[in-house]
This record gives sequence, structure tokens and C-alpha cells, in this order.
Amino acid sequence: MHHPFEQSLIGLLGGLLLLTVFAMLSIRRIFSMIRIFVLQGLILSASTLTVGLASGERHLLFEAAFTFVLKVVALPVLLFHLIRRLRLRGDVEVVLNVPITMVTGIFLVIFSYAVASPLVRMAMTVSRGLIGVGLATILLSFLVVLTRRKAMTQVMGLLSLENGLLFSATNATYGMPMIVELGVALDVLVGTLLFGVFFFQIRDSFEKLDLERLERTWED
Amino acid sequence: MDIFFALTIPLSSAALFSVRGHRSWAPAANAVSAFLLFGVSLVLAAHVALEHTVRAFSDQLFLDPLNVIFIVLTGLVSLTTALYSVGYIRIETANGRLGPGSLRLYHSLFQMVIFSMMLGLLSNNLGLLWVALETATLSNAFLISLYRTPKSVEAAWKYFVLLGAGIAQAFFGLILLYFAAERELGPGGNALLWTELFRIKSHLDPTVMSLSFLFFFVGFGTKVGLVPLHGWLPDAHAEGPTPASAILSGLLLNLALYALLRVKVLADAVVGGNMTGHVLLAFGFLSVVVAVFSLRKRNDVKRLFSYSSIEHMGIATVGFGVGGEAATMAALLHITFHSLTKSCVFFLVGTASQYCRTQKIPEIRGLIARSPFWGWALVFAGLALVGMPPFGLFSSEFLLLRELVRTYPGLAALLLMSLSVAFGVILKRILSMVGGDIPPDTAETVFPKTPVLLHLALLAVLGIGIPSLIWIWFQKTAQYLTILP
Repeated sequence: MHHPFEQSLIGLLGGLLLLTVFAMLSIRRIFSMIRIFVLQGLILSASTLTVGLASGERHLLFEAAFTFVLKVVALPVLLFHLIRRLRLRGDVEVVLNVPITMVTGIFLVIFSYAVASPLVRMAMTVSRGLIGVGLATILLSFLVVLTRRKAMTQVMGLLSLENGLLFSATNATYGMPMIVELGVALDVLVGTLLFGVFFFQIRDSFEKLDLERLERTWED
Repeated sequence: MDIFFALTIPLSSAALFSVRGHRSWAPAANAVSAFLLFGVSLVLAAHVALEHTVRAFSDQLFLDPLNVIFIVLTGLVSLTTALYSVGYIRIETANGRLGPGSLRLYHSLFQMVIFSMMLGLLSNNLGLLWVALETATLSNAFLISLYRTPKSVEAAWKYFVLLGAGIAQAFFGLILLYFAAERELGPGGNALLWTELFRIKSHLDPTVMSLSFLFFFVGFGTKVGLVPLHGWLPDAHAEGPTPASAILSGLLLNLALYALLRVKVLADAVVGGNMTGHVLLAFGFLSVVVAVFSLRKRNDVKRLFSYSSIEHMGIATVGFGVGGEAATMAALLHITFHSLTKSCVFFLVGTASQYCRTQKIPEIRGLIARSPFWGWALVFAGLALVGMPPFGLFSSEFLLLRELVRTYPGLAALLLMSLSVAFGVILKRILSMVGGDIPPDTAETVFPKTPVLLHLALLAVLGIGIPSLIWIWFQKTAQYLTILP
């Protein structure tokens, strides 16, 4: 069960994944955010492939290919199309308090490692050291959703959240049972497609899809 | 085979309505489909009465005494809501608020929400349950934004984003659960089957299970609308069409609480110190108190009752938190009665706001002057909601209070105080709506006589004396859920 090369490769990919989420927290251009998302998809599918090769779990190879098709090809095509149609290409979003967000992010990473440490000791997977990275990705993406104000960037946060979930599942247990994975992928695809339609229909009634009241309710 | 019908009836209706939902027969067909589903749910209950647990589709779907309660409830409330929706849709179409496209979307999504709830309730695989909850979220988000007003779009968006992010936390809980279960059951689909997990629950790792429960709690708690994760709930109720509010309050919140209960039962076997119970108690009480004190400032009638939903979900959560057979049974009864009461209230206030052309409470008045029957129905529904005898919620709240006095007397006092505040505020608001003269600018309405009468009669009958069959059913279910190895 010793795969030093694969293990360090997975470690590297995990580090890169964390970097992409931190980039999502601070990046201002919506267009660049989608590029980061594509990169994230690539990293995810590469790490799934590596874990699959190292562990000999064949369904992970299939899953790596599936992730590639969905996250690197299908969803980005859809998102770039949306950006073009909604004329959001040059859009810049004001991101408040980047330093504070970053520091919060660092604490989230430390917290994730603390939570994951008992799991790491119990896990039997090749890539068990990365359970903490998976949890950190989830929590950081949650932070992206909470700190962003534009609908498009919030969607990017949700998609990155889903990447974090897949990454955790792969590293903790070599993935979830097939029926669950397929169901999740279907929901993500349908959700993004439907909200693509949604964006068009609401463009008139809802200027620029700007949301600052996510945590508040109307007071009447 | 009957399980198969419980899924195909709503799914095929959704498919049919997505192309033909704007026809004049669609509302009636919607009700017929819901009626068939209710029939199937009764057949499923009969199966469970004979066999206790029924499994289907290589164990992925199952029926046990717990989910059958919710399945019959879903069947019943979807039927009455579909009946109410016939009149509601007629008025909205006549007012020009809904075009053919919106009607297709509405009818198709109505059935999609029912389908996803049925799938969630029937699934033995906790992963499938998660997928069903997510599908319900997506379909419901579109129902909320049906009118395409800026506020409704914002409400739908908030619903989608907060619930999407919340339910992702539940998925991490699911990963942890699988992580713990895989060591006992081996990799593959079986490790997420609730029946299998229930069998080996005392062998699961305590640390992993407590972490898993906490993540599930955050995820499903968002969907239940527990404070502080309730931000989406009032907007979602107020901005969507009224039948969607009735389904959301009456059924979808239940489904999330049901999912949380399934996980709690597994975690309780190994997690010591009643950790799960304390978490539920703390957040249940926080929800009750915050919701009750938010009631007073509300001016929008649907928003008012959505806060009351948070309150009642909080009470049920407290019941599960207290644990033990009697409190669990009280919580199950509370959920059931709340569904029946709250959907009835929404039918009534939805009609009232159509009639007065506004959802603002100060501008809604003269309901008794318009029709005594209608006004008094709202008064009775209000009395039922605040837990007055002879209606059902009185008995469930009474049972719960009795258990609380025994276990946590201080909390019983707090609960009683919150209930009396809710009593005062809600009744005052309802009386101001039913009294007074008919406002000058009123619209044509269809009064939903059948669903309202059916719900009120059921609540009164169940409140006066629960038939022993139902009582024993709930008691046995609570027993089966709380028995420790």
C-alpha cells in the first residue's frame, strides 16, 4: 500500500485546490472566476484519477472521466455562454474586506484540519491526509457564497462547494455509492441549466442580479 | 409494486403538465392525480400494518411505520392543496397574473415537488434521500418565483442559495456516515441503507457519528428553518403562490425534520451524553422563542404564519430533543397536526388576500361580513393553530409539556410562556381580519370549502379522541425509534 509518488502528487493537487478557493474569495472579475472554476475541475478530475490509479478502484477512473466531462467541458461551456448572453464579461464585483475574508479563511483551514484529524487516523485510503483539505474547500466555498453579492458569483461558490464535496468523498472513502454520485451530478446539472433559464427571465425585473440582502428578510 | 405507483403518478403528471398544464382541465387533473396518490398512500399504510417493513427495488426504497405516517400525510395534504389550487388558479388566471407558460410551470412543478417528497420519504438509501431533498429544493425555488416580481425572484434566489449551501453541509455528514458504515458493511450501495445501518448502529464509530450528526443537523436544520438558519423561510412563504406556501409549510419542512430524525436515531446508539438531544433542544427552543417574538411585528399575513411555522417546527424539534418514547410520540403527533392546521390556515388567508387584493393584515377585514362561515372558519383554524382544545395541536403540545415538566421543568415554563405570547398575537391578528366592514375594493374569490372543512373536521376529531389505531401506530413508531440496543 505504499505509493509515495502518487501520495505526493495528490498532496500537491490538494494544495492547488485550496489555492483556487482562496482565489475565488478574492478575485474581482466574474470572468476570471469561471476560469478558476475550470481549473478546479481539472484539479479535481486529476486527483480522482490519481487516487483511482493508486488504489486500483476502477470506478474512480470512470468518475474522473465523468468529472472532466461535466466540470471542465459541459458546465464551463454553459457558464461562458451565460456570461456572453447576459453581457457580464467585463463585470467587476466589489469585494469587501479581502484581508478579513482571507484571515477567516485561514482559520477555517486550521479548523478543518482539527476536525479531520480523528478521521485521518481511522481512514484506510491512500489519500487520507487530504480529508482536511476537502472540508476546508467546503467551508471556504461556503464563505464565497456568503461574501459574494452577485448571483453569478454565488453560483460559482455553490459549484465550488460541490467540488469540495466530491474531493472529500474521494479521499475519505473512495467515493460514494454510484447511485448517489449520479443523483448528485444530475441535480447539479439540472440546477445550473434551470438557473441559466432563470437568469434570462429575471434580467428585466432584477437589475444585474445584485444581491446584498441574502441574510436579511423583508421587514413587513 | 404499489411503491412504484407512488412515484410514477406524480412523475408522469409532472411530465404531462409540462406540455399540457395550461389547458382548462389541468387544475382538475392535478387534483385527480393527487387523489390517486392519496389512495396509493393508504394502500401503502395497509402494507405496513400487515408486514411492518416492506422493501423494494433491491432495498433502495422501503416502507416502515415511520415513513408511512409522513407518506399518508403527504398524500392527504397534497390532495387538499390540489383541490384548493383549482379555485386559486381560476382567480389568478382571471386576474391575468398567470399566463399559459406560468400555468404549465406551476402544475408541473407542483407534481415535481410531490414526487421528490415521495421519493425522499420512500428511500431507504440516505444518499437517495439527500438527492430527493435537493430536487425538492430546486423545484420549489421555481414555484416561489412563479410571479416573477422582483421580491419573489429574490426570495427564490435566497431559497436556492442558502438551501443549496446548507444541504451541502448535510452531504458532508453523509460522507462521514458512509465513512463510518463502510468499515462495518463494506463498500458499495448497502452501506447507506437505513435498514442496514439501523441493524449495526451500535457498532458505528462514536466520534465519526457525532461529527456526521452535526453536519446533518446544519444541513437539514437549514431546510427545517431552525433559527439562526431561517432567513429564507418567511420570504419563500410570502412571495410564492399560496398553494406552494401550504405545501412548503405543511410538508417540505416535515420532510427535512424526518430526515434529521432518521440520522438522530442512528447517532443515538453510539454517541454518549445525549449530545444529539441537547443540540436539538437548544436550537428547537431558540427557534420557538425567536419566532414567537418576531410574530408581533409582522404586517404581511403569509409572513406572520411562516414565523408560526418556524415556531411549530421548533416545538417538534424540542420533542425529538427530549427523546424517549412519550416525547418522540408527541413530536410526531405535533408534526402531523401542524401540517393539517397550517395548510388549512394558508388556504383561508390565501383566499382572503385574493379577496382583499393585498397580503397586508391591516387592509384585510370584513371576512365575517362577507361570509360568516368563512370568517368563523378562520377563527377556528387560528384557535387550532395556537393549540386550543378540541383541536389536535392541543393534545400534542399537552403531551410534550407533560414530558418536559418531568425532564426539564424550567424549559417547560419557557415553552408555556412562548405559547401564550403566540396565542395572544395570532388571535389578535386574526380577529382584526375577520371583523370590520367589507373593504371597498374587493375581488372575486372562490372559497375553498371542501379542503378547509376536511382539515378542521379531521383536527377536531383527532383532537377530541385519537382513534386507538392511530394512537397505537404512533406509540409503536416512537417505541421502535427510541429503543436502545
